[in-house]
Amino acid sequence: MLPTLLAELSAQNVVTTPLTQAVVLPFLGAIVVSLIPRGRAELHRVVALLFAVGTGALTLSLLAGFDRQDSGFQFQVNRVWISDFGISWHLGIDGISLFLVVLSGFLFPLAMVAVAPSHDPKPYYAWLLVLQGGCIGVFCALDLFVFFVMFEIVLVPMYFLILGWGYADRVYAALKFFIFTMFGSALMLVGIVALTFLNRDGVVEANQARVATIQSEMATVQASQGLSGPDTPVDPAIAASLAAGEARIERLLNPKLNFDLVTIAESQTVTDTSTGASPFDWGAARWIFLAFALAFAVKVPLFPLHTWLPDAHTQAPTAGSVILAGVMLKLGTYGFVRFGLYLLPEPSVFFAPALVTLGVIGIIYGAVVATMQKDLKRLVAYSSVAHLGFIILGIFALTTVSIEGGVVQMFNHGISTGALFLLVGMIYERRHTRDISSLKGLQKSAPILAAVFTLVMLSSIGLPGLNGFVGEFLVLVGSFLTRRWFTVVAAAGVVLAALYLLWAFQRVFHGEPDEENADMADMNWREGLVMAPLLVLIVFLGVYPKPMLDRIEPAVARLVSHVENHSDYTEPAVATTGVGVDAPGEDGG
Amino acid sequence: MLDLVWLVPALPLAGFLILVVLGRRMGEPGAGWLATAMCGGAFVASAIVMAGLIGEQGENRRHLLTLFEWMKVGGFRVEVGFLADPLSITMALFITGIGTLIHLYSISYMHGDPKFSKFFIYMNLFVFSMLMLVLGSNMLVTFLGWEGVGACSYLLIAFWFSKDANASAGKKAFVTNRIGDWGFMCAMFLTFATVGSLDYSVVLEQAPLIAPATATAIALLLFLGACGKSAQLPLFVWLPDAMAGPTPVSALIHAATMVTAGVYLMTRVSPILTQSYDWAPSIIAWVGVITALFAATIALAQTDIKKVLAYSTVSQLGFMFLAIGSGAYVAAIFHMITHAFFKALLFLGAGSVIHGMHDEQDMRRMGNLKKYMPITAATFIVGWLAIAGVPPFAGFWSKDEILLSAYEKNPALWFVGLVTALLTAFYMSRQVFMVFFGEERWRDADHPDAPEPHESPWKMTLPLVVLAGLATMAGILNLPFGNRTHFLERWLEPVVGESEHTVTAAASAQIGLAALAVAGSLVGIAVAYRIYYQRKMEPVEPAIMAQGWKYDTSIAAFMGGPGREAFEATATFDGTVIDGAVNGVATLVRGSGVHLRKVQNGFVRTYALGVAVGVVALLAYFLSRVTF
Repeated sequence: MLPTLLAELSAQNVVTTPLTQAVVLPFLGAIVVSLIPRGRAELHRVVALLFAVGTGALTLSLLAGFDRQDSGFQFQVNRVWISDFGISWHLGIDGISLFLVVLSGFLFPLAMVAVAPSHDPKPYYAWLLVLQGGCIGVFCALDLFVFFVMFEIVLVPMYFLILGWGYADRVYAALKFFIFTMFGSALMLVGIVALTFLNRDGVVEANQARVATIQSEMATVQASQGLSGPDTPVDPAIAASLAAGEARIERLLNPKLNFDLVTIAESQTVTDTSTGASPFDWGAARWIFLAFALAFAVKVPLFPLHTWLPDAHTQAPTAGSVILAGVMLKLGTYGFVRFGLYLLPEPSVFFAPALVTLGVIGIIYGAVVATMQKDLKRLVAYSSVAHLGFIILGIFALTTVSIEGGVVQMFNHGISTGALFLLVGMIYERRHTRDISSLKGLQKSAPILAAVFTLVMLSSIGLPGLNGFVGEFLVLVGSFLTRRWFTVVAAAGVVLAALYLLWAFQRVFHGEPDEENADMADMNWREGLVMAPLLVLIVFLGVYPKPMLDRIEPAVARLVSHVENHSDYTEPAVATTGVGVDAPGEDGG
Repeated sequence: MLDLVWLVPALPLAGFLILVVLGRRMGEPGAGWLATAMCGGAFVASAIVMAGLIGEQGENRRHLLTLFEWMKVGGFRVEVGFLADPLSITMALFITGIGTLIHLYSISYMHGDPKFSKFFIYMNLFVFSMLMLVLGSNMLVTFLGWEGVGACSYLLIAFWFSKDANASAGKKAFVTNRIGDWGFMCAMFLTFATVGSLDYSVVLEQAPLIAPATATAIALLLFLGACGKSAQLPLFVWLPDAMAGPTPVSALIHAATMVTAGVYLMTRVSPILTQSYDWAPSIIAWVGVITALFAATIALAQTDIKKVLAYSTVSQLGFMFLAIGSGAYVAAIFHMITHAFFKALLFLGAGSVIHGMHDEQDMRRMGNLKKYMPITAATFIVGWLAIAGVPPFAGFWSKDEILLSAYEKNPALWFVGLVTALLTAFYMSRQVFMVFFGEERWRDADHPDAPEPHESPWKMTLPLVVLAGLATMAGILNLPFGNRTHFLERWLEPVVGESEHTVTAAASAQIGLAALAVAGSLVGIAVAYRIYYQRKMEPVEPAIMAQGWKYDTSIAAFMGGPGREAFEATATFDGTVIDGAVNGVATLVRGSGVHLRKVQNGFVRTYALGVAVGVVALLAYFLSRVTF
């Protein structure tokens, strides 16, 4: 059966497209790893790494081949998968998803090199590979069904990673993580199905005009033959053309279901024009948006749905935390961009004030709660809540600058926070504690680790010249154009970021080390090699983000005009010098 | 020649990068010499650019050099570029000049420190950041330097991190500065939203068209940033603690870099300040003069040799903001330069004393050091006379200009300034008499074997001598004898000319005010002489002043008390209410499961009953639909 399947796939030219390869290769790797006998511990690691690195290389080749002028989806592959339901294997990336694919490509091998599991390497690596495939799949999917499948797939390996290789409270954390996210995505499935059916209705409605044309044409033909209604014409040619007309009408009035994201988004058959404030006046589009939003809000996570995150982070093994913070949280923010703004622009604009509010609450609240954490990993987890708040603010401030800032921040947060979790993991491996109060003076025993930590911390704080600043500043300067007071409050989060990170750094690294901390080993070569690419990116993208910005911008600009075309939102024009130099317009919120 | 401006920050950056890679291998003193050479090279480069600027006239006396595009998204576009004009090059010149001397001095001062090369890594980064700050051609590059000096100050103040106090001081500096940075950031947002650019060339040209309300908001937000960097009320608290770092760092922070940033920024955006409502500059002037007085009262009761100087810096910066608020931008820059000279001199002198006294900082245990440290003593005395405002030393000329402009703005400002000047002369004299004159007090009951003080090596005294020369002569930069001797004013004219306040007072009034200022200084010195030299009067050093009016401790108490409790409460809220709700739902689901399970008891009769009830209910429903 497998050979026939493969033959069919290759006949359809699916396997040879780079995106399919990038999605399928990790899954294939997982299968291969699970086929290797249990005893060959080292082999699991090598094979898994080979597949992960191969996938990383593939994503880098996507980066190299990406056309920076093109604002649409590139490397598209679109093959019918389940034709009866209109489900197709439709993949493609644009500037918004490109860097998230790349991030998933290279963060996984790094996480694999950084830490070897303490036991059962085989399932560990297999699950990690499944996770990688799922993450890349989410970012590439242009079919709602494929997206949903991938979005759900990633839960399983993460659940098992936490459960199998986590720490003391892993059962609680894993279950909480699973139920929380499942709860969110269950409604999303309802939303997807509702959307496709409503889209079909919309298509039928849109087709009515064409049906009418065909009917009138047919009526003309019949009239010319002197026939009325049900009579069959004598001329077989005319009879055939009339039958063809009937068939066309039949097809136009009974279109197939369609799960294609691009088709639905571009046609905008399901939209909402109600103006009433009461939820009872809302059309379906807004409810569907809420169903999506709930799933994404849990993933991001948005206040007040964030409490699974600190538990999952703390209990997950290092690689799990790195991937969770680095890639998986972006499933939520990416979802808001692709399935919020792009798929449902009008509801996105409608709910933007609420989401901006939640984002800004997250910025301040996450930072405040992070300050008081006693566990290093929990602290970094809450800092993610704050950082992701910036991304949400940027996305729903709806300006080109702010959305682009949000997309940039998605990537940069992945690097900085991924690096932070790696560093915390290194400390844990040596000291077997993440408790801030039992660490002290580590800068003396491990100066290189401390120096690397300092750089990563400054990036996370958003120091100009390092990567974290670029996204954060673009988000803020862009959001100020539409959401002035929210931005002013959000900017205060920058002060708090300095507070919680520096305070934690002081307690962990400064002071005179006590006996237990005095002879902690410094960073070794392997760890240095893992950190090196991250550090290079932190500096490079801070000093010269242009290559990244240039590739993202066309897609974002196109997205914003898409939103403008399908809602009553208009992006405020950037003040040009000499014109309109006056107090800028009132706050949109 | 002007295109060489990129070299000015590039050299310290190169020094930083080389030292990051090779610092450990180079070790002592090689790393120090390399850093010094890079800073010195930057000084030479600044001088060359300055020569190039002098060669140009009027409007051409500015040069834009764009290196590369930093961020460009839609209408938002920022480049990494440099603006060389009289203001930025003046700043660059004294930053690199004094910076070089401090680097040289540090080679000796940091002798034997295990982290010798790391110290110079940070120092070069510090100078680089400061140069980006002043040379940046737009607000965002300035902000890059602005945050950079904040980060470097954090690293350097917490340099000896084993002591918790040092680590806390570093963190405090960074976080307090960030509060100001929030203002700077918001000012940039508003500027971009209004003008559509962050380039100084565009923003300042458009400044006259900005609505006054917007201009006021931008100006005051920037001033909040300046309050953070330049240690003004209410954000000055980090500066006195910043002396926890090695003494050369204090000299660098207090004289050449960091604290001058706020003064520079306000001068740079002077057209926006001009466009603001009239009360905006008044606020700046009053904040400045009150800070000056406030810090001076604290300084006169300190016993730590560096703390006196730290508070005096806060006070002198207050004078500079008084000048800015009064529209006297040239005077502010003038005072910044003279202050840089004498404050660097005083701090390095204090460092030399601390070094010679074997790490003793308490002035009560010093005395008669002039006998043991003649060069340090002589140069310190020059610094003292300069800061006290005794003619012809540099401080007199610059402070006089400020007081003159303040008088024209509002005599009340002038009066507070005059009182502060008197106090300045008093507390500095107190310091000099306690440290260098009187009896030798380093051997007491607790320290019977304290070693004898010694003079410092040449690498430390040479910078002192050079700075003493500068502190004596720098008044020449801007002498008040007619327009021709206002060198600095004419030099800065293209930058601040349109915003600068013109002095209208008659010559006789000017001389009268100057005489009053000199008299004030002399009174301050005389009183200190009677108290601390002749010991004929009892010192008045109220505890409340020694504790800085409890300002810092109150903030600390608030942050450590209610502030921390609020944070703690939020964290508890998160753990109990938010997460509690989540777990509550889970418990509810489980609980209802437990109860519902009882329904499934395995007895057919129960199920049959259930089915029967269900059938009846359904029938009732359909019947009701059918009949009505």
